Amino acid sequence: MSSIKILEKKGTKEILLGNEAIVRGALESGVQFVSTYPGTPASEIGNTFWKISNLKLSGSPKSAPRIWGRSQISNLNLYFEFSTNEKVALEVAAGAAFSGQRALVAMKHFGLNVASDFLMPLVYSGVRGGLVIVVADDPGCSSSAQSEQDSRAYSYLAHIPTLTPATPQECKDFVKFAFEISEKYKIPVMIRTTTRVALQTGPVKLGKITRGQRKGKFVKDVNKFVTMPPRVLEMHEELLDKIEKIRKEVSEKSNINKIQNSNAKSKTKIKTQNPKAGIIASGVSYLYAMEAVKELGLEIPVLKLGFFYPSPANKIKKFIKPLKKVLIVEELEPYIEREVKRLAKDVNCKLEVIGKDLIPEVDELHPEIVLQAVAKLTNKNYQLPTANYKLKTINRSPQLCPGCPYWLVFSGIKTALKEMNLSEKDVVFGGEIGCYMLAGVPPHFLQDYLYCMGSDVGIAHGIKKASKNKQKIIAFVGDSSFFHAGIPALINAVHNKSNPLIIIMDNGTTAMTGHQPHPGIARTGMGEKVPKIKIEDIVRACGVKNLKVIDQGNQKEFVKTIKEFLNKKEVSVIIAQRPCIFVK
Amino acid sequence: MEKDFNIIISGVGGQGIITLTRILSEAALIEKKDVKTSELHGLSQRGGSVETHIRFGKEVYSPLVRQAGADLIISLEAQEALKSCYYGSRKRTVFLVNEFVKPIFGSTTIPLQKIKKELEKFSKKVILIPATRILKEKLNNPILAGIYLLGYANCKKLIPLKERSVSKALEKVIPKEYLSINKQAFNLGKKYESCDCSSRSRDSDASSN
Repeated sequence: MSSIKILEKKGTKEILLGNEAIVRGALESGVQFVSTYPGTPASEIGNTFWKISNLKLSGSPKSAPRIWGRSQISNLNLYFEFSTNEKVALEVAAGAAFSGQRALVAMKHFGLNVASDFLMPLVYSGVRGGLVIVVADDPGCSSSAQSEQDSRAYSYLAHIPTLTPATPQECKDFVKFAFEISEKYKIPVMIRTTTRVALQTGPVKLGKITRGQRKGKFVKDVNKFVTMPPRVLEMHEELLDKIEKIRKEVSEKSNINKIQNSNAKSKTKIKTQNPKAGIIASGVSYLYAMEAVKELGLEIPVLKLGFFYPSPANKIKKFIKPLKKVLIVEELEPYIEREVKRLAKDVNCKLEVIGKDLIPEVDELHPEIVLQAVAKLTNKNYQLPTANYKLKTINRSPQLCPGCPYWLVFSGIKTALKEMNLSEKDVVFGGEIGCYMLAGVPPHFLQDYLYCMGSDVGIAHGIKKASKNKQKIIAFVGDSSFFHAGIPALINAVHNKSNPLIIIMDNGTTAMTGHQPHPGIARTGMGEKVPKIKIEDIVRACGVKNLKVIDQGNQKEFVKTIKEFLNKKEVSVIIAQRPCIFVK
Repeated sequence: MEKDFNIIISGVGGQGIITLTRILSEAALIEKKDVKTSELHGLSQRGGSVETHIRFGKEVYSPLVRQAGADLIISLEAQEALKSCYYGSRKRTVFLVNEFVKPIFGSTTIPLQKIKKELEKFSKKVILIPATRILKEKLNNPILAGIYLLGYANCKKLIPLKERSVSKALEKVIPKEYLSINKQAFNLGKKYESCDCSSRSRDSDASSN
């Protein structure tokens, strides 16, 4: 099966997802420590490590691939965990990297926001063993709510070297390269993918899996690991020097930033032709650009940037110097475009830089958009077919699975309100990220706001205070979300004398992203048995007096409790405990 | 120059669309073609609309099929086929549609014949097959509709891949315990109207059953 394919032997070509190729790249680099918090479009990275780690424990000869017997799998010498949130995931991975091992941490774009507090000083200090941070953005929001964040902003904010692969093959190769850079320059390196890279499949040529052999040991060095002023200012300076070094020695020289003379018979021909127009692209946008060049039969130079930061300034200058115009193809923010405009001032101030005027800043790109832009750039006539759809269908919104325990929560709330002579209009419903955000779709309509994990209770508390307690609020929090970021907000609400009703939707798993374990479950990511950390114990310890753990299958009790708790003067919490239908 | 072949598979989450996508891409790899696919995970898998892209040929860059660029659109749910019209063109596209209809909350279900009429504007040929119904009757396993349509498409040369490659790919992708029933569904699909379907006219072919 697909995730085990990544353990196939060297030399074979396998079709892998971008995310699976990232795992293979890490295994070929001798990675010894991996942490993550699940989040689509990055989930399969953690899931694949999870699968491998459990394969090792169970060692079932049936599930193990042909060439990997039990002993070889346990030979990987790999530690893997699902951390409580992305910040913790980055911290634990950094701890391993400080101790000299190679570590990888994977998360979705919003996860990087959570982790960013630690990321900033981490890049200052740097690491000992290689540390690679994989971040998956989701232009078009096909698999995530919240926002269309372009995480490349963090490259500038944190000064973290950033690579942007386009294909699964590059996902694997770039991870290996990232470990090399990280270790050589003692700095964490970021791999930034997008949905259409992470969830793209394509053939990947496999290399040799390397067993990590390093014994981890933290060697004290206050000069390196303590970010206190005045030392921290020196660190800042050292970091900027490091980045300049990486720019000169790696970014400018590496062939992951390369000029592709597509369809040209020879390189010299293009040179002598003195091309008028060129294209600069990175990530999946590069693939759309190449597709357009192929489709239009163009002979036009394309500069592919595998390195986003630090950018190969001289290479870009050389590329744009002879051009009259250049098209920048990138999704979301015009970061490369701005960089090119800045560099053009030095070498070719008449250069026409075309970017966001033809390439939209909102939503993900599609090949036909890029095709149109490239046609325009090269004055080719290309008319896309005008579609005339008469029959339109409503978009089929996702649904809770049949038999999902959340149905019973939503129906219970509706019954309770009816019995209290209240309507859904009389109560504000706070949502969070997880399957339960389907509270917002028909037939439920029980979601009045939705932001990030951990935000729900805080917002509820603010609304309560602002309305002088006049508005009733029910805030939904998932079990994994509660561990992720729900606890500080709960303590805050109790301490500041608020009184929303919080329903913790405890289905015993991280359902939406693929049923990963969390601290409320008796298994770790490695498959080891551990005692459950009980949500009710934590809630009680936070000072919540009105607390009930109910299986919402018992509707009578559930409805009665909602009615009672909605009128409480203090914070009240119902833990609606009924397992996801996919939990064994 | 060998042209790329572009397939869209559409349907509803839980219909085995990703598995079907994997089988096709493995088959292309077996024939030493370059291949790219694109799929979406997460929320869309919870019974929402699902659409995957498969492209193979000598050298494939984009993982996405462009507008009006599909050679074959396989829809496992008839209303979802309408959404795939974006990728259809009168010049090159064949629609292979499962007659199965899953109602959408808050919307009246569009009759099959109306759907077919619309699809015809965006394709050179529309083939409707009651795969779900047949599989329910014959194997008591409607979930394999995609494999059934794959068998049909492969046999009728709607996909430029050898049957041997597709069969090998099935063995690679499908877990051992489900392989035999998948092969049964595949073979049933091959036999659908197998007598003289290719010689029939376009209309009778499309409106059979």
